[in-house]
Amino acid sequence: MRARRILQISLWVAALVWLATFGVLQFGLLPKPQQSSPLAITTGMAQIGGPFRLESHKGEVVTDQTLKGRPSAVFFGFTHCPEVCPTTLFDLTGLLQELGPDADKITPVLITVDPERDTKSVLAEYMQSFDPRILALTGSPADVDAAAKAFKVFYRKVPADNGSYTMDHSAVIYLMDREGRFAGSLDKHEPKEAQLRKLKALIENSSPT
Amino acid sequence: MRILLTGSVVATCAFMLFTSGRTLAHDYKLGPLAINHPWSRATPGGSKTGSGYLRVANTGAEPDRLTGGSSPLAERITVHASSTDNEVARMRPVVGGLGLTPGQTVELKPGGAYHLMFEGLRAPLKANDKVPATLTFEKAGSVEVVFDVAAMGAGEGAAKHDGMAPGMHQNGPFQ
Repeated sequence: MRARRILQISLWVAALVWLATFGVLQFGLLPKPQQSSPLAITTGMAQIGGPFRLESHKGEVVTDQTLKGRPSAVFFGFTHCPEVCPTTLFDLTGLLQELGPDADKITPVLITVDPERDTKSVLAEYMQSFDPRILALTGSPADVDAAAKAFKVFYRKVPADNGSYTMDHSAVIYLMDREGRFAGSLDKHEPKEAQLRKLKALIENSSPT
Repeated sequence: MRILLTGSVVATCAFMLFTSGRTLAHDYKLGPLAINHPWSRATPGGSKTGSGYLRVANTGAEPDRLTGGSSPLAERITVHASSTDNEVARMRPVVGGLGLTPGQTVELKPGGAYHLMFEGLRAPLKANDKVPATLTFEKAGSVEVVFDVAAMGAGEGAAKHDGMAPGMHQNGPFQ
């Protein structure tokens, strides 16, 4: 009687294990190749975003926690960048103006990858040329590195032969929801209308219900 | 005779006035090299770097190279290659200069593969500024040019023409 009971239990356990394995194979692993967006392959969407602590050009401490409650658009750059960064900031300024009052419901954030040169005062002067709602963040090299790691952003200092240097850096604008979770990205090559739609959707989906 | 002379001077002035800001008034010749419309974009506050764009046609039979230049408004002008690969923006000096093949025109433009970089700007560039500069070529030597400064974000190509912020009027390059 006891032996039969043990057999019954082991059979059930075996069935459960089989079901779980089969289930994972069938429903867990198979859908993966369908996530063909390049972002998913290179970075792993779910892991973008995480703890950081920096200071804005306006002098306030900005962390992943202080950003929560409103969606944000986060990207990395540096002020010695002649083309990509000013263009991104310029385009973002245009997008925010186009959003009108809705732009107040989102926090646009530039995080420098060049904290050595991009001090708070340098950023303060630089940001005067763009929409005042955009926050430019800097900190110690270690703090900036932590922020870049949180967003899975690549950056690298590249020395030039004249003693100067430039920075390689990821140029994506990450869209984060009000909980600080990754919600998509803006591609500078897509039309402005598409970018506007994404921002509007981010604001709408993040509104308290 | 005097009237004729005065008349032609007036006509020339009027012509220059009407064509100023257009490519016609903005061409330079250096041996077999034709340099068309050097221009730049306004830079953000305190910015130490600016970008420069132009077209160079090599009408000669020999290859040449654009090696860089100088300007009283910057420490130096260098030629850079820029690329965005897998979402990562990179920029490198073009070692030895940008090749100018005989019979071909090279265009340096925003979002393109190459641009000039004003390094160590002594003051930010403002829209409508005229920036004097000397461009240097490996064989043809150097030529003095003026960079017209357009608005920030100007001339990103067709896809970006609607990307201009409201209230920012400017004449894009080659218009």
